Amino acid sequence: MQDKIFRFVLILSAVVIPIIGGGIIYSLTNDAASAFKQFGFWEFIFSDDWNYTPGNESYGALPFITGTLLTTLLALIFCIPFSLPVALFVGEYFRGRKVATILSTVTDLLAGIPSIIYGLWGFYTLRPIFMELNLSPQGSGILTASFVLAIMIVPYAASLSAEFIKMVPADLKEGAYAMGATRAEVIRRVVFPTAGSGVFSAYILAIGRALGETMTVTMLIGNTNQIPTSLTTTGNTMASIIANQFGEADGLKLSALIAIGLILFLITAIINLIGKILIRRAQHV
Amino acid sequence: MKKMYALVAGVLALTMAACGGQKSNTVNGREAVELTGAGATFPLPFYTMTFNTYNEKGGDNVSYGGIGSGGGVRNLKDGIVDFCGSDAYLTDEEMKEMNAVVHVPTCMGAVVLAYNLPGVEKLNLAGDVIADIFAGKITRWDDARLKELNPDVKLPAEAIMPVYRSDGSGTTFIFTDYLSKVSENWKNAYGAAKSVNFPVGQAAKGNPGVAGIIGNTPNTIGYIGSEYAFAQKIAYANVKNKRGELITPSTESISAAAGDIPQDTRCSITDADAEGAYPISCFTWIIIYKEQNYSGRSKAQAQATLDLLDYMLSDSVQASTATVHYAPLPKQAVDLSLQNLKTVTYDGQAIRQ
Repeated sequence: MQDKIFRFVLILSAVVIPIIGGGIIYSLTNDAASAFKQFGFWEFIFSDDWNYTPGNESYGALPFITGTLLTTLLALIFCIPFSLPVALFVGEYFRGRKVATILSTVTDLLAGIPSIIYGLWGFYTLRPIFMELNLSPQGSGILTASFVLAIMIVPYAASLSAEFIKMVPADLKEGAYAMGATRAEVIRRVVFPTAGSGVFSAYILAIGRALGETMTVTMLIGNTNQIPTSLTTTGNTMASIIANQFGEADGLKLSALIAIGLILFLITAIINLIGKILIRRAQHV
Repeated sequence: MKKMYALVAGVLALTMAACGGQKSNTVNGREAVELTGAGATFPLPFYTMTFNTYNEKGGDNVSYGGIGSGGGVRNLKDGIVDFCGSDAYLTDEEMKEMNAVVHVPTCMGAVVLAYNLPGVEKLNLAGDVIADIFAGKITRWDDARLKELNPDVKLPAEAIMPVYRSDGSGTTFIFTDYLSKVSENWKNAYGAAKSVNFPVGQAAKGNPGVAGIIGNTPNTIGYIGSEYAFAQKIAYANVKNKRGELITPSTESISAAAGDIPQDTRCSITDADAEGAYPISCFTWIIIYKEQNYSGRSKAQAQATLDLLDYMLSDSVQASTATVHYAPLPKQAVDLSLQNLKTVTYDGQAIRQ
């Protein structure tokens, strides 16, 4: 009897999550339908015309899709020089020593800081510095947002990469050392090829975080509805336009915002899927 | 264990006594009810203060959610609130879609132009100049038209950086409504709405966001709700009104903008043609249904709604608006509203005689 109850509870809770996920997709699609119907699916994605004027309403998601992809890509590029050394430091060079434990704890702490705090730091500390350095006239923009995003995703990339680097079998490394390889050679020839797929998955996780980050980006990106033309121009991401506009939105505008939410959902899903496929392929080699 | 029970019982008794003792169960000779409203965030500090004092003085308990004007109107349409707050009066089309409503203005506010110009203590602006700054036609602080308005001020030879609201907002509506009245170009290119595609500058979320950017970025200019700017003591510009007077936004100059109001109080008072009027002023309204019997509301509920509005129009409440940085309604607006409230019915019977 007890066994049956346990089984029932197990199935019930296992089924609830897919149902909720399916429900989210259903309601997103349902509410986005009128925007897609009005503008056409591909036209909506590839149009950069975002016009609120009543009677002349026209919504296209391209400025926000490019904003999201650009900030995420830049954040990833900025984050590698910070996260990879941390991962090697913790996972290989000073593995198991006190200094490594301290460093990994501090890096993990970064993951626990609420995004609004990063936003405030970026707004009051980084923005004036960028203006001082004449990097951008208004301080806000793609570059500022990407830079703070990069710091936010470092702990995700670093701590998971370090785990995978730690898992590289000692036999392999010892074998390489026995053949006279230097430490740099061991890392390049043994550690990276072995832990590569794991490290890659760590960066996919980090991308996932950067794609949907809302509060920090909204505070730093400048929130203008245009396709960014350079690193220092202002822009808007899919998450930030939704956060900015949903409060007073209704009708077609609300539907357009939900459609953007659906596209963000799809992009995240596709990137995760690509990551999973690549990891699986790497594991078979 | 017994002690534990005694303790719990004691705490329970205390809480019940506290709740029960706070309020009598009758208000104005009828049973006390709970009133719910939702809508505009602009008058939120004023409403919070007023509803609290109302309750303390023995009035009904009123809860108000600042969910934005649009959301408030939607809630009223759905019949789930007793009243909604809105910074924009309902348009004729919107009124057609729902049962008859009554607009009651509750206080006045304004949109001020905040700026950050090191060394500049006083800045004068005019409507067409503001419109051209936000349209990207005037791009430098030492532009001839700005110099003409500010003969005694040394304006820096720097680019102007406009800042605007990134979120949909009544503040943006009032500001762009004003720009549309004073600039033909603005009206045709951008119009008046809660969100507008400003061609230049950067955007930030809410009054605090805009004020934050202006605060730490030199050479910026942006528009902010007066209630926020007055409370935070932010530097703001004088604006030339329709009669050519340079007006500093203040409680008095905002109230002066009310001018002549139509019977239903639905009117825009930006660019008002009145002496001493600050030109970017506005009303904020509470909107209720004319027929109060909807969604199974009791007659007491309907009476309570009117009692609350009477209270908000009273001299003492109107006098208190300035303490939270709003401006009181002119007498005409109060009188018209009291007349309009007499038309409110329950089951077709007028509630007030």
